[in-house]
Amino acid sequence: MLNWLRRPKYESVERRDIPAGLWAKCPRCAQLVYRKELERNLKVCPKCGYHHRLSGPERLRLLVDEGTFEEWDPDLASLDPLEFPEYAERYRQAVQRTGRREAVLTGRGRVGGVQTAVAVLDFDFLGGSMGSVVGEKVARVFERAVDLRVPVVTCSASGGARMQEGVLSLMQLAKTVAAVSRLHAAGLPFVSVLCDPTTGGVTASFAMLGDVHVAEPGALIGFAGARVIEQTIRQKLPEGFQTAEFLLRCGLVDLIVPRHELKETVARLLRLLGADRGEVSFDQPA
Amino acid sequence: MTSPPERAQQERELQELEQELARLEPVAMEVPELGARVQALRARAEALREALWRAPTAWQVVQAARHPQRPKLGDYLTRVFTDVVELHGDRLFGDDPAMFCGLARLDGQPVAVVGHHKGKDTRENVSRRWGMPNPEGYRKAVRVMRLAEKLGLPVVSLVDTPAAYPGIEAEERGQAEAIARSILAMVELRCPVVVAITGEGGSGGALAIGVGDRVLMMQYAIYSVIPPEGCAAILWRDAGRKEEAAAALKLTAQDLLELGVVDEVVPEPLGGAHLDTDQAAAALQEALVRHLREVQALAPQERQHRRYDKYRRMGRFQVELGPSAAGP
Repeated sequence: MLNWLRRPKYESVERRDIPAGLWAKCPRCAQLVYRKELERNLKVCPKCGYHHRLSGPERLRLLVDEGTFEEWDPDLASLDPLEFPEYAERYRQAVQRTGRREAVLTGRGRVGGVQTAVAVLDFDFLGGSMGSVVGEKVARVFERAVDLRVPVVTCSASGGARMQEGVLSLMQLAKTVAAVSRLHAAGLPFVSVLCDPTTGGVTASFAMLGDVHVAEPGALIGFAGARVIEQTIRQKLPEGFQTAEFLLRCGLVDLIVPRHELKETVARLLRLLGADRGEVSFDQPA
Repeated sequence: MTSPPERAQQERELQELEQELARLEPVAMEVPELGARVQALRARAEALREALWRAPTAWQVVQAARHPQRPKLGDYLTRVFTDVVELHGDRLFGDDPAMFCGLARLDGQPVAVVGHHKGKDTRENVSRRWGMPNPEGYRKAVRVMRLAEKLGLPVVSLVDTPAAYPGIEAEERGQAEAIARSILAMVELRCPVVVAITGEGGSGGALAIGVGDRVLMMQYAIYSVIPPEGCAAILWRDAGRKEEAAAALKLTAQDLLELGVVDEVVPEPLGGAHLDTDQAAAALQEALVRHLREVQALAPQERQHRRYDKYRRMGRFQVELGPSAAGP
């Protein structure tokens, strides 16, 4: 279903001195890595451990047991409610490039055997930004999890609320948080995985309301953008500001988990949080 | 519709007239011969204001919302409420002067009040961070809203902030988490919640205390996911195109009423609340009291249910069958 190897990425290797596609240059250590080796290594640089960004489908494949995923609401598509400059065109391009209608993939599946409702934001689609559709799909994940009596895992990678839908995007913060409150009230667990980058309105809504916050090494996680902060306080930001490691020190995430251990760790957490009590199974109608 | 250069000309003229009037009016009290001249100037100013504000541009509204003399939380506290007692501190870290929390009476009835606390002048604004809260500000608001819930008091929230404060310490202490928790608290509150956006509704920093059974918006307030300057910088790499961006963002009270984001527009004096703070405050009070009565009449469960639905329905999208190929 989801092919890791399909799309060549990382502009740096498209330069003509490097054969396109075969080699990837790590943005952190600048070393050339054989692309197939990088893919095999879950897009973690074998030289320096840098966690390359994953697309939504790649993330889903990493997290959900093969053959168990059932997608929800793939047919929800954005409108252009503000008739915002260039939005229709940019949206169309994103749809064409990704073959998907929006910046989030949702559905149910097993995570290390545990039945789970999942939402994976896709940074490849308009920067993983949250507009009406992303908000709606995420809210439905929490509501359906309540109906199904299963836990929720979200993987966030987003620049924040989608500017092109204006204040309607802002309202998606309230919508998704409201849905999270239903899950909390139902006593079901929520593991929020924070991937590179998670910022703005996504951080300031469901992503920071997990029962457990898991971050990927080196992920940028924060509310305000670095440039906005620098302009406001007129000073340079400290090294490592807004990284997963910084958030761990500040007490905002529970654990940093390398990609190779992510699925296993999330599954363990879900079990410890009581998710395998399994009052209702997927095999029963919701 | 007047053209932009014409408008700019009218704005300049109005400004000059206002300065002239401010200078002449006190003198005219002593020198009756000036009376006719002052009258003429006043009439001209009124005509100009009428022309300028009959159909204001989005950018005009942005300027009114940010007007230095625009009434601030302090002005409304004294005019809309009585018996105000400020409560300080989040009990976790400290007290944020950018966020006001307290108890007061609205139409005689005890309520909890939360609101962004912009200052009246530069000195006060420096100490209050121009009404841009840190995490402890939002956590204080949550503490006081939970107190209201415990006592069954309604919550009245007054929103007026450029943004949540973008700073190193704000990030260290979890600005995003604080905002998310505050939104969560407002969704969950069993007591009535009425919100009024009185000036600037700056994105997440505003929404953090902006979730309620009713959301009112002053006529020349703005509410946006990003400031027009930032939007223009992203869209056109030119912050100077802020006026176009302001129009594109649909950030005026009328826009938001049409988008279903706010429930009622509270009228202001023509040209902005700063021209008659008492009148603006009276309109705000009337609307707050009326909406509060309506939501208080509901059973708590019904109220919560409706609040959930209100936010659950926000946003616009379509169902598109078949393989994804089309766009908005």
